[in-house]
Amino acid sequence: MGELRLMKGNEAVAEAAIRAGVDAYFGYPITPQSEVLEYLMLQKPEERTGMVVLQAESEIAAINMVYGAAGTGKKVMTSSSSPGISLKMEGISYIAGAELPCLILNVVRGGPGLGTIQPSQADYFQATKGGGHGDYRLVVLAPASVQEMADFVDKGMELAFKYRNPVMILSDGLIGQMMEKVELPDQKERVKEFDQSWVITGKTKDRERNIITSLNLDPDKQYQHNMRLKEKYDSMSDDVMYETFDCEDAEFLLVAYGSSSRICQKAVDEARSRGKKLGLLRPITLFPFPDAIISKLARQVKGILSVELNTGQMVEDVMLAVNGRVPVYHYGTPGGKIFSPDDVLKAIDEKLMGGY
Amino acid sequence: MDIKEIIKPENLVHQRTSLMTDATLSYCPGCGHGTVHHLVMEVVEEMEIQEQTIGIAPVGCSVLAYDFMDIDMSQAAHGRAPAVATGIKRLWPDKFVFTYQGDGDLAAIGTAETIHACNRGEDITIIFINNGIYGMTGGQMAPTTLEGMKSSTSPYGRDLQSMGHPLKITELVAQLPGTNFVTRQAVHKPGNVRKTKKAIRKAFEVQREKKGMSFIEIVSNCNSGWKMSPNESNVWMEEHMFPSYPLGDMKVDGKIVKDLMKDLV
Ligand SMILES: Cc1ncc(C[n+]2csc(CCOP(=O)(O)OP(=O)(O)O)c2C)c(N)n1
Ligand code: SF4
Ligand SMILES: [Mg+2]
Repeated sequence: MGELRLMKGNEAVAEAAIRAGVDAYFGYPITPQSEVLEYLMLQKPEERTGMVVLQAESEIAAINMVYGAAGTGKKVMTSSSSPGISLKMEGISYIAGAELPCLILNVVRGGPGLGTIQPSQADYFQATKGGGHGDYRLVVLAPASVQEMADFVDKGMELAFKYRNPVMILSDGLIGQMMEKVELPDQKERVKEFDQSWVITGKTKDRERNIITSLNLDPDKQYQHNMRLKEKYDSMSDDVMYETFDCEDAEFLLVAYGSSSRICQKAVDEARSRGKKLGLLRPITLFPFPDAIISKLARQVKGILSVELNTGQMVEDVMLAVNGRVPVYHYGTPGGKIFSPDDVLKAIDEKLMGGY
Repeated sequence: MDIKEIIKPENLVHQRTSLMTDATLSYCPGCGHGTVHHLVMEVVEEMEIQEQTIGIAPVGCSVLAYDFMDIDMSQAAHGRAPAVATGIKRLWPDKFVFTYQGDGDLAAIGTAETIHACNRGEDITIIFINNGIYGMTGGQMAPTTLEGMKSSTSPYGRDLQSMGHPLKITELVAQLPGTNFVTRQAVHKPGNVRKTKKAIRKAFEVQREKKGMSFIEIVSNCNSGWKMSPNESNVWMEEHMFPSYPLGDMKVDGKIVKDLMKDLV
């Protein structure tokens, strides 16, 4: 058993980053995720592991530092919250285009604009559909606990290097700020020997120069690049992750991720105690989306409710997976307001089971 | 001397650096970009640091610099080269890292990245090509475009009242404690070429000693954007650009060596 601690989600990410042997973190303060940078600075990671931590002048600079550093083949990450992630989008698009591995944490708050600083799931579209310009995808991991905030740092890095692609941890202000028990991973060594065949290190006589770029002026080359990227994104379905609760005999299904799934779990328990056959599917990867299991469950249940802290985003992917087999509804509260298990139960009665 | 005599090795006065690739330069004939590329690669070759050197190509006419320089390079988003260089240098502190940027890239969209990389004293070299215009996109007004100078987005000449003043960013960064070596040079004449090369060498030496930012502005022509012949553009540059952007060192070994306020106003 690893070391147990009571920590905020944001602190758990920071501690896990040091322990995962992350080589560099570049960030900029924004609520509700500033604890990541604060915790790292306090820990003197340059003494603990030699990790580089730098407060950049903006999120734009931070993500471009990530881009530069990721080109050296090392483990690099950044974190921010919604308005800051919007600023990073140009850089994320370049990173995806140049096929660099890195990890980006979004502790989502309510929007649009400056919005609120309270938890929200309003950035689902931005995270899963590309977000920046061009035809690209991120691997998107959705933690539902402080434990997963910590665990997904190493997991995210592993996927980032597996696919040479940016990976996003899509969290929210609730999971970032709340304190829970967390089992911390053991300290990993920072990797000294790694694949340097594609990275910028300084050209040696025995090889061609390495170039990090996303530019292809020749449309045929860009076409081939896009098609190759598409193949890569399609292959990510190998890494779909999800969790099911009480789905074996379920007649109705909730689909919820992150903090919403925690609230829905309570709602399912309560519904079951009232004799209602309700189940919950929690996507852990939002891209790749677990559509195969949703499609399968759609043959079993009478209706599906997508429960999200927004006005309806993931519901579109649920509908695509269900492909019209059963009715799909959305319930959610936007703007930083959180629903209770009772609110969800009411929505289940009104929307999902209303016609039955 | 007949041709055989002229090409004898002992008569060699200049040899193309082996660190330029064989790719045909994409620059307009007469443009200063190509000359500066050669100078940077000559310095890297002479210092024997090819295996430790990483360059950053910007968005601008020099976006394809990585096709021409035979070193590891990273392309950067418009204006972000100093941040990209910071990321690389922080992880490879013993490598030589330089950015190569135009005036639109460095002094408009990338102003924040420029100022802050300078202010942090990043141990990198910035090579800044000031041609007073957006060359790549077809000759629009740049932050450095002179008063009254015509461009496709200031077709009646730059009007200070509505379009603001030419930005002398090099005078600004010279005042920041993070910069160690700041100079403004040109490459339109052999004498200037030699001075610029010396400056690039000095900048890389500063980097080797980890003394902070070395920053070289090169006032250059954009004959296409200025709608002039290469020769006319060089004459025009001397007459119009140099009075506003006077050549010479501004800061050497961390000490300001010029009356910057005089040049600023
Ligand atoms: C974000 C973004 N905005 C605008 C552009 C279009 N653009 C490409 S090059 C350029 C100007 C480059 O001018 P400068 O930096 O002076 O370089 P030069 O071509 O003159 O050497 C612009 C505006 C872009 N590629 N990206
Ligand atoms: S457009 Fe101007 S800056 Fe660009 S290559 Fe031509 S002359 Fe040089
Ligand atoms: Mg220019």
